[in-house]
Amino acid sequence: MNSTITNHADAAIQFNLDEPRVDWHDKTLWFIREKRDLASHAIPEWEQLREYASQIKNNVLSNLSQYLQEFEKNAIANGVIVHWAADAAEHNQIVHSILKKHQIDRMVKSKSMLTEECGLNEYLEHNGIEVIDTDLGERIVQLAKEPPSHIVLPCIHWKKEEIGELFHKHLGTDKGASDPKYLTAAAREHLRETFLTRRAALTGVNFAVAETGEFVVSTNEGNADMGAHLADIHIACMGIEKIIPQQQHLGVFLRLLARSATGQPITTYSSHFKKPQPHQEVHIVLVDNGRSVHLGKEDFRNSLKCIRCAACMNTCPVYRRSGGHSYHNAVAGPIGSILTPNFDMRANKDLPFASTLCGSCSNVCPVKIDIHDQLYKWRQVLMKEGLGPTTKNASMKMMGWVLSKPSLYNISGKAARLVLKYSPFVVSNKLNPWYKQREMPAPPKESFKEWYKKNRG
Amino acid sequence: MRVALFIPCYVDQFYPNVAIATLELLEKHGCTVTYPLKQTCCGQPMANSGYEHEAEGCSMLFAENFAGYDYIVCPSGSCTLHIKHHLHTEKNAPEEAHIRKTVYELCEFMVDVLKVDTINASFPHKVGMHQSCHGQRGLHLSQMSELNAEPYSKPGSLLAMVKDVELIQLDRIDECCGFGGTFCVAEEAVSGKMGKDRVADHVRHEAEYITGADMSCLMHMEGILKRQNSNTKVIHIAEILNGIDN
Ligand code: SF4
Repeated sequence: MNSTITNHADAAIQFNLDEPRVDWHDKTLWFIREKRDLASHAIPEWEQLREYASQIKNNVLSNLSQYLQEFEKNAIANGVIVHWAADAAEHNQIVHSILKKHQIDRMVKSKSMLTEECGLNEYLEHNGIEVIDTDLGERIVQLAKEPPSHIVLPCIHWKKEEIGELFHKHLGTDKGASDPKYLTAAAREHLRETFLTRRAALTGVNFAVAETGEFVVSTNEGNADMGAHLADIHIACMGIEKIIPQQQHLGVFLRLLARSATGQPITTYSSHFKKPQPHQEVHIVLVDNGRSVHLGKEDFRNSLKCIRCAACMNTCPVYRRSGGHSYHNAVAGPIGSILTPNFDMRANKDLPFASTLCGSCSNVCPVKIDIHDQLYKWRQVLMKEGLGPTTKNASMKMMGWVLSKPSLYNISGKAARLVLKYSPFVVSNKLNPWYKQREMPAPPKESFKEWYKKNRG
Repeated sequence: MRVALFIPCYVDQFYPNVAIATLELLEKHGCTVTYPLKQTCCGQPMANSGYEHEAEGCSMLFAENFAGYDYIVCPSGSCTLHIKHHLHTEKNAPEEAHIRKTVYELCEFMVDVLKVDTINASFPHKVGMHQSCHGQRGLHLSQMSELNAEPYSKPGSLLAMVKDVELIQLDRIDECCGFGGTFCVAEEAVSGKMGKDRVADHVRHEAEYITGADMSCLMHMEGILKRQNSNTKVIHIAEILNGIDN
């Protein structure tokens, strides 16, 4: 797709060239939002659960270092090897060094947004290690040499016919076949051989429990288990914010996660990993990669509460009509738009503007992140940093000035409603993007102010 | 009850009838209404674009214009929300605090403060209700479909008092229309598509009119309807409640 475009609005123009496809994409995701509504509305205590989850995560963020150390201590006691990575590069090196030590050059990997964030696949491939993604959606985008477009449904932008075509090319399925059952079976077949021959498996982590040193991986396909149980080396990579204090808190998060993500009561597999099996090594890599700096930003820290359910993407009317790749980052949608400027403000300065601030994201978020308020706050930060286009800076200055002077406003209002010349959404000029799909209202004979002076003055 | 009328700049310039209807409606329901003549704009277009710092002057002017009233009422959820959340300058702290507390969107003012229980108007048409996001999710004018909570609607309860209105059902009851202030030009492709989709939901359910509590969303949808030569029109809720039948 157009992953080379690094500006959301431009990528969205491309995406919208094929309107029926936009309709299809929008409906596919809206369907998931509706399933989420049904599942969450069926639980009377839903809003209470969200509140608990939010408070537990707030507590985690306020005591992060303590919980991390507790987790490390307990994990080591369980026989797990714990690594700390300050950034993406160190994370990648750690994974590589583990593989190198065991002379492993092929690995299976289940879904992990963190490794996407760190660019692990490219790094390992560059170092001669083959990585096979075992999550079906991830495998599809991997075969297509694309990044995922969604954090839960990586290939949601692919139609089944197109997947059939891709599988025909790479896995030798029948030409023209698009039956999901048939295609899934073919993928299974292809992955089975891979699972049996790989000595190392990497998984993500959904929750890591400080109290017990265990971690939980949620999948629907069981591919994390398959990989981890068959391999000699299991490497689990997690961002440091994935910690929860106690095992009992899983009851809150597991109930929220799948319902928010897909409308299922729970993911098919919630696999708990605690102690290595005999003859197996388990490694956990705890990754910071900007998170501790992020934690220090009062206005933005609570986006670290995210449990990656993607409900905010499914509900986002902009995401549904621009596609995940338009956000040019591993994590797209509303949450991506508030996370990514923490990593690189300049490269992601467009993203906080890829929103109408409608607020639907904050309402579906199971951990109550104030997503749309953070989008607003990021806009202020970015423009104050001078990252706005010069013309916009100038017109906003002009607009601020005219609108703070009633006399100027009144004159300009009369003179062909000149004030609106500075208001970006009503520039009376046929070149204005407004006119591409819309008409402007016809200017009335008199403004309300003029009417008021005549009739009530 | 001394009420100051706060009219958004684009309503003043493009939709004077909405402002007139708001004024008359408040007067009918017993308010003494003043329109401070030196008002311009609340500064929201700048603030939402990331230029809160350039809207200082607007905010100060706003505080000067609207100090000293019992209530401030505005026929726009979005502008009301902006004042409620973002009117903070160094200069007039006590006045600004009072303003933030007493500024109301028209429908919530009629329901929560005036406690209106009868409306003398008739509008014999099929009407689709557009929930503008800032009014709904920001000011809580209506319950939000995302939440597991009791449904209610302040604008809906007012419309229910109007004779002969037939409210249509929508497939997506509170999806954003895509106006979004500067979003509508900066992200024109998505904004236009969202608008088309929103309008289509109303048209599919045979709305003769789309109404709502925010003229900016309605202006955006009107622009799309006109481009499509549609027979469906937009009308601000104040005009229906005031008893104008176009
Ligand atoms: S921000 Fe909230 S809704 Fe979005 S992915 Fe994270 S937890 Fe889910």
